[in-house]
Amino acid sequence: MSAPMTAMIEIINAEKTFTMHLQGGIRLPVVRGVSFEVDAGECVVLAGPSGAGKSSILKMIFGNYRCDGGRIGIRHDGAVIDLARAEPRDVLSVRRATIGYVSQFLRAVPRVATVDVVAEPLIATGTSREEARERAGQLLRRLNIPERLWTLPPSTFSGGEQQRVNIARGFISDHPILLLDEPTASLDAANREVVVGLIDEKKRAGVAMVAIVHDDEIRRLIADRVVDVTSFAAAA
Amino acid sequence: MAETLRAAKDDQPLLVAEGLAKNYGRLAACRDISFSLYPGEVLAIVGESGSGKSTLLQLLSAQLSPSAGRVSYRMRDGVLRDLASLGEAERRFLFRTDWGFVHQDPALGLRMAVSAGANVGERLMAVGWNHYGNIRQTASSWLERVEIDTARIDDAPRTYSGGMRQRLQIARNLVTEPRLVFMDEPTGGLDVSVQARLLDLMRNLVSELDLAAVVVTHDLAVARLLSHRVMVMKGGQVIETGLTDQVLDDPHQPYTQLLVSSILPP
Repeated sequence: MSAPMTAMIEIINAEKTFTMHLQGGIRLPVVRGVSFEVDAGECVVLAGPSGAGKSSILKMIFGNYRCDGGRIGIRHDGAVIDLARAEPRDVLSVRRATIGYVSQFLRAVPRVATVDVVAEPLIATGTSREEARERAGQLLRRLNIPERLWTLPPSTFSGGEQQRVNIARGFISDHPILLLDEPTASLDAANREVVVGLIDEKKRAGVAMVAIVHDDEIRRLIADRVVDVTSFAAAA
Repeated sequence: MAETLRAAKDDQPLLVAEGLAKNYGRLAACRDISFSLYPGEVLAIVGESGSGKSTLLQLLSAQLSPSAGRVSYRMRDGVLRDLASLGEAERRFLFRTDWGFVHQDPALGLRMAVSAGANVGERLMAVGWNHYGNIRQTASSWLERVEIDTARIDDAPRTYSGGMRQRLQIARNLVTEPRLVFMDEPTGGLDVSVQARLLDLMRNLVSELDLAAVVVTHDLAVARLLSHRVMVMKGGQVIETGLTDQVLDDPHQPYTQLLVSSILPP
């Protein structure tokens, strides 16, 4: 163990390579030497061209992609856990209580009503169903999803509506870490503004965030710091 | 699904497999399989036909004796017991109460000629329920939970559709509030729309009842929706294991990559 870490996220020399066995074992280095920290109440925006590995880094922090080396230190439940080496059960525990993730696309479960899709993360951490639904409704209203749609599964919604449901699901929890992959990509100006407001509130609540945004205007509004990932590019 | 796993109130494994193997003559159907399953955890075993996944399920559920290794289960008194050491009465208790087994073919898990109510009630009677009214009421509420019209309670499952039969089989298994359910291709042989409904139902029941489950499936979508963890089997061995989304989004082994890349996007 190194010196006690004060950041919420501390990444040291993380690296990731894909080995494509179906393509003759080609090795695709994605990133290497990824090192940065994120403090509570801070939003770090990852910058770099498409294919530089921004989404891969978010997935490594979420424990979705397995690291080939390095360390993903996460402050969880009063201690620091290295997600690069954590057991599956510990990764699940970190996701339940500590790290929220707003992916680019909603992976909708067939037949589950929108309001329940949004409420689910709260229910999973012990909030009552009624209260979770109440809070889900507030967020959906704020994100301009008409109430008549709340009982429908989001699979039939437009891209922008699904993205807003996804955002509501990601922002509803009180997770101290939030990962945002293009949260405003398919939104109109009014809804982008709502999301910027939500991010501001999370900052004030002390949430540590890592975001990918391509829109310069949004980046200017939310970024406390920009980390350029081209320096982590592993193509060699 | 992964997000819904409840905080582990119990940090001790429910089911433990150690060095499990099964040989049929010179054929090794399962080789050196070890893992632990925790309360409330859903494990999917994926792989193609002949990979040994169904044999493994039978070993885990004490329907087959291993050629080597052992399976231990934490009984309700908290003691971890080797399944091979259980007496007949203890084994029966597990099958009737603490475990469920959902077969791919509902006809194997149901009595097709007796009423739906009796199919569910039978498991209750086996654990000592004897008040007809209570049994019928509980059976009826379980039919509702699995979305079967209670007006059909006196009909035999042979008059039911495939999807209804499978939901009835689930009700019959869950009525005794088991802690562990084994499922063998639970959505196999059903229409896609029927599968989606069944999956959603199972997903909700598993999380509401905090069930542990071992689900054998060749359908990665089923694994994605239902399970927290995946074991990929090939040639009787576990070749890759991890969190479900890790294994499906970042498969490492050649065979797992082949499986994942073989799915047609919807």
